[in-house]
Formats: sequence, structure tokens, C-alpha cells
Amino acid sequence: MKDMAVQSPLLEIKGLEKRFDLDQGFLETVKFKGGRITRETRSVHAVNNVTLDVNRGEALCVVGESGCGKSTVARLVAGLLTPSAGEIYYEGQRIDDLSRGEIQPLRKKIQMIFQNPYASLNPRMTILQALEEPVRHHNPKFSAAEVRDKVTEVMMSVGVDPTWIKRYPHEFSGGQRQRIAIARALTVDPEFIIADEPISALDVSIQAQVLNLMLEAKESRGLTYLFITHDLSVVEHFGTRVAVLYLGTVCEVADTATLFSNPKHPYTKALLSAVPQLKDDRPNHIRLKGEIPTPINLPQGCPFQSRCIFANDRCKSEKPRAIHQPDGSTVACHALEEGRLDADAPGL
Amino acid sequence: MSTETVNPRTEPSRWSKIWNSNMGYSFRKNPVAIFSMAVFLIIAVSAFFAPLIAPYDPYDPASIDIMNSEYPPFWVSGALPEFSLGTDDQGRDLWSTILYGTRLSLLIGICAVALQAFLGISIGLIAGYVGGRVDSLLMRLADIQLSFSTLMVAIIFLAVTQAMFGSETFNQYAVYFLIAVIGVAEWPQYARTVRATVLAEKKKEYVDSARVLGFGPGRIMVRHILPNSLSPIFVISTVQVANAIISEASLSFLGLGMPPSQPSLGSLISSGFDYIFSGSWWITAIPGIVLVVLVLVINLLGDWMRDVLNPKLYKG
Ligand SMILES: Nc1ncnc2c1ncn2[C@@H]1O[C@H](COP(=O)(O)OP(=O)(O)OP(=O)(O)O)[C@@H](O)[C@H]1O
Ligand code: SF4
Ligand SMILES: [Mg+2]
Repeated sequence: MKDMAVQSPLLEIKGLEKRFDLDQGFLETVKFKGGRITRETRSVHAVNNVTLDVNRGEALCVVGESGCGKSTVARLVAGLLTPSAGEIYYEGQRIDDLSRGEIQPLRKKIQMIFQNPYASLNPRMTILQALEEPVRHHNPKFSAAEVRDKVTEVMMSVGVDPTWIKRYPHEFSGGQRQRIAIARALTVDPEFIIADEPISALDVSIQAQVLNLMLEAKESRGLTYLFITHDLSVVEHFGTRVAVLYLGTVCEVADTATLFSNPKHPYTKALLSAVPQLKDDRPNHIRLKGEIPTPINLPQGCPFQSRCIFANDRCKSEKPRAIHQPDGSTVACHALEEGRLDADAPGL
Repeated sequence: MSTETVNPRTEPSRWSKIWNSNMGYSFRKNPVAIFSMAVFLIIAVSAFFAPLIAPYDPYDPASIDIMNSEYPPFWVSGALPEFSLGTDDQGRDLWSTILYGTRLSLLIGICAVALQAFLGISIGLIAGYVGGRVDSLLMRLADIQLSFSTLMVAIIFLAVTQAMFGSETFNQYAVYFLIAVIGVAEWPQYARTVRATVLAEKKKEYVDSARVLGFGPGRIMVRHILPNSLSPIFVISTVQVANAIISEASLSFLGLGMPPSQPSLGSLISSGFDYIFSGSWWITAIPGIVLVVLVLVINLLGDWMRDVLNPKLYKG
């Protein structure tokens, strides 16, 4: 028990929610319905009641389909968005309601790597300017030589020739740009890195290189990752733990090995069965049927009900709670709780 | 281990970079742009060096002899050889007066646009980046400002100041009044254009990246977003300079601008207007031609720049 207390998570997300209002102006919210004029705002429920822990030194992968709110979670943690509800703690300190001044020390600790290396570097700045700027900003006392040394050090560690430093981003390939973007995040010596699909915009041949670079940085600098991806083969290679997201809700959180060997949530099973051969029709390939509800009109009850073969009346009315399993995973599913998952499933 | 090896590839000079860039290439391929640029440079350089080029100083009452008034230009019979383009109604050498007047018109145009740009870019950056209520407030202000025409605002303002300070003082500071009023009247053009580009740039990941690195809004606006919003600013600047020169000329023509003792192109045209029917057409016609050519080449350059830099931008 004592060990548990010492090993408190580095990042804790508690009941996180994010809604984007669709109708902004006052006039847009006025609707004419059933003979009366009413006011209503529609909103996208991008993230719903997400609770997650990230432990020091691990790489927590967040997977899910496009539009399930992965990037929104990443941006909430990075402080680029403010949550509609819920709390985020870093080293026990609440960080989601800090002012810009209060958050400054955390900016050195938490960094983010973006999906598109063609957009995440300022096209009007040379690599030197892009790398020097954060060093200067966070270390105002550094001399020019110290700044230059730091820049050279990160450039070497991501494998970009430091003599190319006077060039502009457009003179580099996508892989090199992503390396430079990683170098830029490393200039402030962070301990926690949020990576939002950092390799999915890259050429397949380069993806592995960049992934290995990030793994090396993790080992040598003792980094912790929140790694967003939709690619399960990357998860197997990179992640120590996995969180599966569906419509902004966490379905299952488990160690990578546990998740791949023994997936429990019906959605996780479907995801995994689709991994190795996308095109073949193996008998155990679970085809997801039914419509994906839009995050604007979230269904009552389990978000996965419209595509779940185990769905029953309880699933339609009551949201499943996340329940700890004996093997350490956490799963939110009524069928698992009721023990009716192993019953012969029509599609399995 | 600071490897200070110099890049073996020789860094091209700034000038050859510009010359070999997209813009340089399209410039070399575009005869209209080359011609406009040449004409503009000739006008601008000779106006800038007016004190060196002009044979007379039109601001110096001692060098003016009223007896010399209304001599025609050299190709009309009755011209005097020392006044190549003739003289105006006060006996000033028209060639010298046009040089000085063009200098004044260009100066007022460029300074007024600098003021517009400063106001408009600051307001546009803030409105676009901060968003929300600040944005609505600033943009409603811009709408209100735009709903008055520039000339109307300028006429009211200049007429009131003229009445308040008396013509004597007004004439003394006319340049500043004109710059201020033309500068303030047209900032919304800049603010709207800049705001629109900021809204587009703000969504890009390099802005998020700067925010995650902890840079403040001021730094992000000025160092990151502004350098990426320059092309539309260049494009509207050319058009705005042409507009400002026209506005200045119109105001001076209406007697609300530069006084006849310190003529700009507009006031020169205006002072010659009374003599058109007495036969001295050149006092109005020649400065008029200079004005039209100047504004035309600036607009042609602006058109060319718009096509190169931002084909989608609507001429504003
Ligand atoms: N600024 C916004 N305004 C309105 N809706 C938004 C906004 N940002 C995201 N959304 C919506 O929130 C939902 C989740 O978006 P998010 O970008 O987090 O998905 P994602 O899992 O990252 O998808 P992808 O794999 O395509 O990147 C989507 O339905 C999206 O349309
Ligand atoms: S709670 Fe019900 S609908 Fe949701 S995944 Fe489990 S069985 Fe399917
Ligand atoms: Mg995303």
C-alpha cells in the first residue's frame, strides 16, 4: 500500500469533459420549433467524462477512430483548450485552471509534438531561430554561447546536421522537419511529452525512424509520453499502456501486452480483429455494423450501443462505469460486468 | 562540441535571392510590371530629388515674379526658354512646382498609409488573435468607420479644424492634418484584411506550438503570425497609397488640403482650374497627367503583386 502512495501518477485526468458550441451568435441559437420560438445551443461532445492516469516513465497510448476526441484530449492536457468540466493534475498540482503566468514553469515540463510537421514549424523562421527562441524564453540568463550549445545538443540528439541550421523549414523533408519539431520540444528539457499522431503524416519508410528516435529520447532523457495514434501496430511497438477511446469516452485501459492478448471491451475486440489484415475476410474478423452516432447527439447509455452485438436494454439507458479487472485493466461495459460476453456472440 | 563549420554552399546575397524568387521571376516575365515599376521609380526619384533637379524653388517667394505668370510650355508659341513647362498663375516655374508637388503628394500618401497600416495591423492582429468580445467590438468600430466615406470624414474634420485654428495656422500644419485624417479614415481596410489572415493563421499548428512553448500573446502575434500575414498587407498597401494620393488631391482640390503657397499636385490642379477657360490649360492639365500616371502605375503594380502573392485575395 505504501508503494502505491509513493508511485502517484505524474498526470491525472479526472472526469474530463469538453464541449464545443456549434451555434455561436445569439441569433443562431434562436430556433422556431412547434409553433414557439426557443433558444437552444447545439454542441459537439468531443470528450465525455474521461478519467486517466499517466505514470512516470511510461508511454500511454490513446487509440480510437478518427473524430473520437483523441486530439481534443491531447490539446486539453497541453493547455491549448480549457475543459468544460473535470480536472487535470500534474504532480498533484491542478493545472487546468492556471493563468498564463502561473503555467509558465509547467511549459518547460510539458511539451507537445504535433501531427503535421509541415504546419508546426513557422515557415518564416530559420531552424536556428525556431530552436533558439524557446531556449532564450525559458532561460533569460543564458549567454549566446550557452544558447548555441543547447541548440547544437538537441540537433545532434535528433540526428539533424547542426550545420543546416540557417535554413528554412521548406528546405527539409517531412521526416527531418518532424525531427526538428521534436528537437524544438526538447530544447526546454521537458519531462512529459504529448505527441498527437506524430508519425501519421510521414512516409511509411520514415515512420519507424522517427518512432525509434522518440523511444531513444524516452530512455536517455527519462521522458513520459502521452502518445496519440490510430495505428495499433505503433501501439504494440511503443506503448506501455493503452487507452481505447470511443466517442470521447474511455472504453478500456490496459497494459499493452494484456490488451493485445486479452481484449475485453467489445469495441477493443473489434479494433484488434481489424489490425493485421485489413482487407481479408477472416471468419473471426468482427465487422462493425450500425451507425456511428455523431458527437452532437450522444445516445443515452453506452456510446457504443448502436454498433455493439451485446447491447441490451440496460446499455441503452445506463452509462457503463469503468470497472477494474483482476488483470489490472479497466473496462467500461455492462456485458463484461454481467458476465454475458463469453456467451456465443453472433459475429464471433 | 560546437561545430562552427561554414556551409560550403555559398549563401546567396539578399538581392539575388529576391531576383531569383518566384516574385522576381514573374516580374521579369511581366512587361506591364516592369514598365510600371520604371515609371514609378522615375517619378519617385525625381520627386525625391526635387531640390536638386528643379531649376527654381517654388517655396521661395523671392524667386517668383508675378510678371512671369501664365507663360505656356515650350511647344506652344510664346513660351519662354527658361520655363520649360511654362508657369502657373503666380509666375512659378511649372516644372519645378510639379516636382515639389509630386514629392509632397507622395509623402502625404506614404505617411498616411503608414499610419493606416500601423493602426489597422495592430487592431486587426488583436481582433483576430484575441477573438470573442474584443473582436466583435473592434470590428463593429471598423464597420462604423467604413460606413462614413473617407472624403466625408475628411471634409468635416478639415473644415472644422480650418475654422477652429484659422487658415493661417491650418496652412502651416496642413501636411500633418492631411496625413492624420487620411490615415485614420481608412484603417478598417487593413484591420479587416489582417484579421482575416490572422484567423486563418491562428489555426495552424505553429501557433499552437508557440503557445505550448509558453510564449506570450504579444510575441506570438508580432513574431509568428505577422510575418506570415505580410503578403496581403503588401498588396493592399499599394492600392492604399494610390487611394491616399487621390484623397489628398481631392481634398486639396476642394480647398481643404495644401495651400497654394505649398502646392501638392491636387492644389496645383485646383489653382489652375480657374484659368482653363482663359487659355492657360497647362496649369491644370500637366499636373493632372502626372497625378493620373502616378496613380495608374501604382495600381498596376498593386494588381501585379496581388496576382503573384495571393491570387485569391479580392482587391480591397
Ligand atoms: N474547435 C472545434 N470546434 C468544434 N468541434 C470540434 C473542434 N475541435 C474538434 N471538434 C470535434 O470534436 C470531435 C473530436 O475531434 P478530435 O480532433 O479530437 O478527434 P481525433 O480523435 O483527434 O480525430 P483524428 O483521428 O481525425 O485526428 C470531432 O467530432 C470534431 O469535429
Ligand atoms: S455496455 Fe453494452 S453496448 Fe456498451 S459495449 Fe458493453 S455490451 Fe456493448
Ligand atoms: Mg486528431
